[in-house]
Amino acid sequence: MLGFLYRRILYMIPTVFLVSVVTFLIIQLPPGDYLDTLAAELADQGGLDEATAQALRDQYGLGQPFYVQYYKWITGILFDWNFGISFEKNVPVNDLIWDRLGWTFGISILTLLFIWIVALPIGIYSAVRKYSVGDYAATFFGFIGLAVPNFLLALVMMYIAFKYFGQSVGGLYSPEYIGAPWSWDKFIDLLKHLWMPIVVVGTSGAAALIRIMRANLLDEIYRPYVVTARAKGMSEFQLLMRYPVRVALNPFVSTIGWILPTLVSGEIIVAVVMNLPTTGPLLLRALLVQDMYLAGSLILIVSLLTVLGTLISDLLLAWIDPRIRYQ
Amino acid sequence: MTIADPQTDDVEAPQLLGPWALMWRKFRRHRVAYLSLWLVGFIYVLALFGDFFAPEKLDDTNRRGIFAPPQGIHLFAEREDGSRVFQLHAKARKVQVDQATMRRSYVEVPGEIIPLGFFVDGYEYKLLGLIPANTHFFGPKDPDDVVYFFGADRLGRDILSRIIIGTKISMSIGLVGVAISLVIGVSLGGLSGYYGGWIDNLIQRLIEFLRSIPTIPLWMGLAAAIPLGWPPLRTYLVVTIIVSMIGWTSLAREVRGKFLSLRNEDFIVAARLDGLTDWEVIRKHMIPSFSSHIIASLTLAVPLMILAETSLSFLGIGLQPPIVSWGTLLKEAQNIRTIIEAPWLLIAPGTMIVIAVLALNFLGDGLRDAADPHAH
Repeated sequence: MLGFLYRRILYMIPTVFLVSVVTFLIIQLPPGDYLDTLAAELADQGGLDEATAQALRDQYGLGQPFYVQYYKWITGILFDWNFGISFEKNVPVNDLIWDRLGWTFGISILTLLFIWIVALPIGIYSAVRKYSVGDYAATFFGFIGLAVPNFLLALVMMYIAFKYFGQSVGGLYSPEYIGAPWSWDKFIDLLKHLWMPIVVVGTSGAAALIRIMRANLLDEIYRPYVVTARAKGMSEFQLLMRYPVRVALNPFVSTIGWILPTLVSGEIIVAVVMNLPTTGPLLLRALLVQDMYLAGSLILIVSLLTVLGTLISDLLLAWIDPRIRYQ
Repeated sequence: MTIADPQTDDVEAPQLLGPWALMWRKFRRHRVAYLSLWLVGFIYVLALFGDFFAPEKLDDTNRRGIFAPPQGIHLFAEREDGSRVFQLHAKARKVQVDQATMRRSYVEVPGEIIPLGFFVDGYEYKLLGLIPANTHFFGPKDPDDVVYFFGADRLGRDILSRIIIGTKISMSIGLVGVAISLVIGVSLGGLSGYYGGWIDNLIQRLIEFLRSIPTIPLWMGLAAAIPLGWPPLRTYLVVTIIVSMIGWTSLAREVRGKFLSLRNEDFIVAARLDGLTDWEVIRKHMIPSFSSHIIASLTLAVPLMILAETSLSFLGIGLQPPIVSWGTLLKEAQNIRTIIEAPWLLIAPGTMIVIAVLALNFLGDGLRDAADPHAH
């Protein structure tokens, strides 16, 4: 197990390095830099004079070759925990991102739990009662879940909530609780808002997992060992839970690896639609105005945490399945 | 009787079905998938002959149609003497603006109808970009009348026509993207699976890396780099390349898996011992044995690309407004206030996306089942 752990962590190092390079490359891609955006915005008010522009350029190291800028950026992060500065808001990136990243990953993890809670029983049910009405309903739900894009589902649910339930939509709190100190009522209000993004982001993942669970279990429940156990008089429920479900659960765990990136992606786009105080709107805005250190830091951290999540899921899988760690 | 009865002929010499014919037979038995094939075909016809099916011109604005709600089609018109006669029509409407709230409402004008018909004259266009024509599949008989079957947007443009024209972009992004994925996926997956060793290791790490990055931030970063001033065609191509950047990875994995399992099959070993070059083995023996599988995977990749394009365009960083796609149409319905005022801006393009994606998914599923010789 320890050997597997080392090997897996060793594999992660080039991935992390690549992620950081690609991230930096992406935020450098647009022609020009933030100062051009700034100059364009200030053009109406007389423009940005050349001396100021040059001073800013030197200060941020803009206009230097790619590798110099990358080196400055990455060593700043590694040694000083300094992610640079947000040009647009003129504050350190550190002050802006952690709250929002916390929400993004909080919502993503809650969504993962939601997916499991929904997909596990439904998946088992539709495998055991194959071709029943419930199975067809689950299959239908599965296809719809896969076919409706996240943001569309978010819009439809917001519309329904507003039109038929009169609920305030968007954000994580009702207006009266924004900035208010924590209280029980505020917590309840948060829950009232939080379920919607979780359901929206989780639907497609749940749909996919139900199908996987069903297929896995169907492979198992007709095996001879199940028949043997049944012949020996084991109760059907106990039998199901103790053997086939446990075997079928294996690929279930391994899906965390690919489902986490999708959840984070989904959360980001849903956050833009629902106006949640998470990474999504901040990242979109930063990309649009070329606030490159902010955008870069967000993409970098979101990607790194996802890679880390994948690592944890791999370790978990190796822990429950010895076949993998001795490969 | 000298002429053989075709039926007895069949019995005497049973037809030998090739693998494709077998697959087709299996596929036809899958009813939902078969139906989806027709639906997908229809959607692509819609994409090809968009102008023929669109009742109104794409960019025709209409001050008397701002946020006009959808209009129904009625079957029977009433004559002056009270008798009813079969005549497809829509009710004529006029705008009323509430002076206090500045809200528009559309009220029907009693007794006034707009006759509708098939193959009516309308705006002029070029069929397939070549043949000048002005016939439209369905619409008001008088070219000067405007009927909004799916409602109108903030400039009074007909949503139905825009959805039909947008089909071309949205559906072709799927195809072009899949073509790009196919080339990259098959070549890298093939290299990886056929040679193994360090090439395999390198390509697998690359795939793992690409898959571990959350797609939306990556796409957002790349798409945001597209300058706004670029010509539409170039933006379109770049967006397509961006959405296919992830799609090829799963295809490459499948091709690799197939190569690995086929590599040691007897017929491949035999071919190699016969002195065929690597390329000949791949081309003559390996590719034909998994091409049906690849086609199924490709079909399943198309809806993913369509959804990706839609998401990006919706966020405003994919295709930009002069280009009409389902995503740019949905961008009009971005905030909740617009949706409450004009729900059809969301519902009409949204439904179209869901139908197209569902049909492609069912089709892909059916093809995959049909391509799998071990399925029962």
